[in-house]
Parts: sequence; C-alpha cells; structure tokens
Amino acid sequence: MTGAEIKEAVLDILSGIAPDEDLSHLKDEVAFREQLELDSMDFLDIVMELRKRYRVQIPEQDYPALSSMQSTVSYLEPLMKDIAKK
Amino acid sequence: MYDTIIIGAGMSGLAAGIRLAHFEQRVCILERHSTIGGLNSFYRLNGRNFDVGLHALTNYVPPGTKVGPLSRLLRALRIGWDQLPLCQQVGSAIAFPGVRLRFNNDFEFLLSEVHRAFPGEEDGLRRLAAALAPYEEYGQARHSGSARAVLESHVREPLLREMLLCPLAFYGSPREHDPNFDEFSILFRSIFLEGFARPQAGVRELLKLIVRKYKEVGGELRLRCGVRRLIVSGDCVQEVELDDGTRLAARRVLSSAGLRETFQLCEPQPKDLPAPGALSFVEALSVVDREPAELGLGESIVFFNDAPQFEYRRPQDLVDVRSGVICVPNNFQHEKRLADGMVRISCLANYDGWNALAGPDYGVAKDRWYARMVASAERFVPPFRQAVVARDMFTPLTIRRFTGHDQGAVYGCGQKRHDGTTHLRNLFVCGNDQGLVGIVGTLLSGITVATNHLLQR
Repeated sequence: MTGAEIKEAVLDILSGIAPDEDLSHLKDEVAFREQLELDSMDFLDIVMELRKRYRVQIPEQDYPALSSMQSTVSYLEPLMKDIAKK
Repeated sequence: MYDTIIIGAGMSGLAAGIRLAHFEQRVCILERHSTIGGLNSFYRLNGRNFDVGLHALTNYVPPGTKVGPLSRLLRALRIGWDQLPLCQQVGSAIAFPGVRLRFNNDFEFLLSEVHRAFPGEEDGLRRLAAALAPYEEYGQARHSGSARAVLESHVREPLLREMLLCPLAFYGSPREHDPNFDEFSILFRSIFLEGFARPQAGVRELLKLIVRKYKEVGGELRLRCGVRRLIVSGDCVQEVELDDGTRLAARRVLSSAGLRETFQLCEPQPKDLPAPGALSFVEALSVVDREPAELGLGESIVFFNDAPQFEYRRPQDLVDVRSGVICVPNNFQHEKRLADGMVRISCLANYDGWNALAGPDYGVAKDRWYARMVASAERFVPPFRQAVVARDMFTPLTIRRFTGHDQGAVYGCGQKRHDGTTHLRNLFVCGNDQGLVGIVGTLLSGITVATNHLLQR
C-alpha cells in the first residue's frame, strides 16, 4: 500500500471508531488528540483494527508513533508496503 | 479451545463478548437461564410485557455527544446513536415529608428546585457537583471515602443531604448507609448531571440490540448452560465444567457471576471469600387500565421516603416500605404510547426472611407486601389501585435465581475488584462486582475488562 492508501485505510478505521467525528478537516501533522475526542481505548482500537484488517502487529512501545496521521502513515509505510489495498 | 469463555449473558458479559468477538476471538457465553439479561430482563405474562431490573437507562446525553460513559459505550460496541433511540424522562421527583424536589435531565432545573425548597443551598450543590470524582479512565483503581462526609462539607441542610442521597443509593450503591465517594460521584453524574431515558420498548430493546450485535460479530451464546465449577490447576483455570458434566477448555475465563460467586465456582476455592452483599429488593409491578398520567401519576420516577432520615439498610422485616422507588415507564417521551399502563414500585427487602418462607407462605407474603407497598407509595403519588388489572411481584429470591448472587444482592457485594483481576492469572471478573455502577456502568465494565485484560494478549 502507498502512503495515500494507508491514510485512507486509517481514515476508514477512524470513521468506524468515531462515527460522529467530522474527519474531512483532519490535519495530518496535528495530533489526533488535539482534533478529535479520542481516549486510550480508541487508540488501542486503531491498533486492533489494523491488526484485524491488515495483519499488522504494532508493539506497545510503538503506540506513540500513532499520534498524528502523518506519523502514523510514516510508521506504517514500511510495515504495509507489501500489503494489498482492501 | 475457546479464546475466552464468558460466564453470564447479562449486560456486562454480552458487552465484553462483542468486543472480543469483534477482534476475532473465539468466544462463548454460557448462561444458566433460558433467557439473556440476568438482573435486567423481561418476560411475558398473560399476554403482557414486563421488564425487571432496569427502570431506566441512566447517563442520558443527547445523540452525537462525544464524551461520557454512554458515548464511550456505544463507540466501543460500534453501535450508532441511531440504533438505540432513547426517550428522555418527562420529569422525576424526590419526595420526603413536606418537601418534594423535582428534577429532569437538566441540572439547572434541580438547582432551581433546591433554591425554591432550601434557599441558599443551591450554591453548595453546585460546589458538590464540581467536586465530584471525575469519570476516570475506566477500569483503573479508585480511592474510596465516605460520600456522606463530602455531602456534609457542601450541603448544610441535613434533610437536603438525605434527599440527594436517596436516589443515588437506590440506583446503585452496594453498601449500606454510606456509599463510597467514587460510587456516589458516578451515580450523581449519571442521574443528576446526565439523566434518565428509556428505549421505546424498554430493556428488551437494548438487550436484543446487543445480543444481535454479539452474534453478528461471530460470538457463540449457549443458554440453559450453567457453569458448575472452574477446575483450577496452579494459578490458572484449566477447564470449565458445565452443570451437565461437559468440560470446556478456554485460554481465559471472564465471569460476570459476581466476585464471591465466581470464587465459589473455583475448585479449589480461595480461602477468603468476600462477604455477600446485604442489599436486595422487592418489586411490585402493577398494570393499570389507562395511562398512569390520567390517574395523576405524571412523573417518570419518584424516590420516596417517609421520614427526614433516609435509611438505606437491609430491613429487619421482609420489606422496608418506608422508602422506595416508583417508576412509571409510560412517562418517558415515547414516539408512541406503550401498550399497557404500568407502575413499578421497588423497596429494600430482606433475603433471609423471604428465603425462610415455606411453600404457600411465600405466595401469601407476596400478596400481603404487594398491598403494603402500594399503600405506602400512594402517600407520595395519587392512588392507582382501583385501576390495577394485573400485577406481579418479584422478591430477593427471584433476584437470586436470575443473577446467581448470594443473598439476592442486587448490586453485588461490598468488596469490588476495580481492575477485574483475580487470584488466578486467566480468570477475570466483570459486572456489578467490578465496581462500575448503573446500567451503563455494567456495560462499560464488560468493555473495560475485556479491553484491558483480554484483548491485548
């Protein structure tokens, strides 16, 4: 998957976790927490959904890499480059 | 081999099951009864629908709200606001001798009522609301202190303190007399700051929604399938033995049976069993032949007490009719009228007293106490007995039968396991005895324990 495809996948996960959030104005470089009402369970759910949908394993010490869209995509790019888009 | 076996298909077990099955665990919920719900359930009797347990959903917030327990719960279960339409209360009251405080889902209204009945105390109530323990990250350990002590530091008028405590105790305190402050805070928020609502069709609508969701994500549910014992070896549950002797293997077990009751299932049992909870209830259900509002019963829920002091204790007698809760399910802002007019009255009761009644005496006692409860309630709402066309009564023994809780302890035992862990590495508890209170709390309990302990391994 390309960076753009990964971003789309993360957006899809976010819209499932937080259906009442408007994601169209989400800024890639700003932390999710500053833009969305997400708590620790929501962050864990992002990790779990990635595992469920794309079989990506993210160890707990790497969770901070998922703080913004930009950091999430750059963290996931090497892990997901050989995974087909769904 | 299951990833997780869950004991009990009540709110917390089902909610936990949804989380685990959604994330691809092989999950099985074992339920001893022929129906789901546990304490909060429903049945049909002579062609009429009855609900037990839940009077109303607490923690009401408007659809689309992003924070708070109800939002948290819906998100965790991937349930959209549109899937659970909630009808708000029309208004409730706390009725003590000579004083009646009305409240609804707008805290400012309660403040104005306090100002009317106890001028000057509204500021103290506002300070109290600001001093409440926050809804913490769910599932973390909490501190506990006396709720009465905190109340006294903000509210001068003793009668007002008792009146504020009354609904909160009835709707979730497992402790006699003085709830701990954390529980008080959760209850205060869920009732006074958020509020009451009800699905149009009552608890069955909520239960059917979550059980459908559970099955959609691939969860397995076995009814009439009680757990006889948990076979322990070392620090692990090895197998789950059913009432019929079948043994099931699971990596982990999550029990909503109650802390004491779960320990009693373990073989060998841990040495120190928590004491059973002391508080149980009777409920008198009356079907009336018209809308209760036409009889003058226009409020959603009335919490009553006939003395300046409110005693929240196990009564000596079979029932304590001095105080109680009158719920009129019809008085919520429903889309369409309910099929029947219904008045439900709950009062504190003594489990041992009910349990000691032999055969026919039990039925006689139900009739006698039904009449006393109605008579007591009619001191605080207009008389309705002349309009009653059908009735039913549940007792602490009914609660014992449907929840499995020793002593019919509605809110479980006084000792809670906030983090859901036990002495065994792969055994966890959720529900009442995990310590989140109220209906939304119990659902969140399953979600929290499942997420914190069962998902991440």
